[in-house]
Amino acid sequence: MVPIIIFGLASLVTLGAALAVVTNKNILHSAFYLVLAFVGVASIYVLLEAPFIAVVQVMIYIGAIAILIVFAIMLTRRILSEDLIQRNSQWILSALGAVGLFVILGWIMYSVKWPVVQQAVPEDTITILGQELLSTYIVPFEIASVLLLAALVGSIIISRERE
Amino acid sequence: MTIPINWYLLVAAALFCIGLYGVLSRRNAIGILMGIELMLNAVNINLIAFWRYMDQVRLTGQIFAIFVFTVAAAEVAVGLALVIAIYRNRATIIVEEIDLLKE
Repeated sequence: MVPIIIFGLASLVTLGAALAVVTNKNILHSAFYLVLAFVGVASIYVLLEAPFIAVVQVMIYIGAIAILIVFAIMLTRRILSEDLIQRNSQWILSALGAVGLFVILGWIMYSVKWPVVQQAVPEDTITILGQELLSTYIVPFEIASVLLLAALVGSIIISRERE
Repeated sequence: MTIPINWYLLVAAALFCIGLYGVLSRRNAIGILMGIELMLNAVNINLIAFWRYMDQVRLTGQIFAIFVFTVAAAEVAVGLALVIAIYRNRATIIVEEIDLLKE
């Protein structure tokens, strides 16, 4: 019973904060609600018994991505006053499209009989994770490091002041 | 283990659609990036849920989620650098006003 209550709270927080992110008039408040949504998603990971992913979620999404977004909002703040309209003219169409997609996805997710395997999570998931990353998935792992380096260099070059 | 997998998938689908609405309806480039982040989070919930309910031993879902994290970090860094560069040149980040190719 307890996991269901926690799941309900976590999904309510996540979805409520996500709705606030996309509808709030003040873009800075949206960024703070984004942090709340990330916390909700992290608690869903804990509920799914993936503690490492939950910690990575807090560190990367809240510690890096949300802070970076707040920085970018602060740097471009002058034009982001609250009386500016944040929605474009096609927002009703977008809302209809999003609701339609949710109905389709929800119908699929609900009606398909998923081949669930009831099994306990292995004790030392983090050990297995490290071994898999450096054996089976070594090539994607190295490519990800090159991607991060390219993104680092690229973002510095793009945002640099030109003389 | 009493929560059915469908519930997680439904929450992820709702989160994805909320993010999609944000991407399609925001005029602010940073708001669009926030919508993309919500959509990536929804994908990660799906990956972890499928790992937990179908593939507990080999951890494929967790490894894919870690790669999604990596790509999301790279994407947001480059995206915000682009936003700041455009703001410096054009003094706006309203996407409707960034129409250099139309002029």
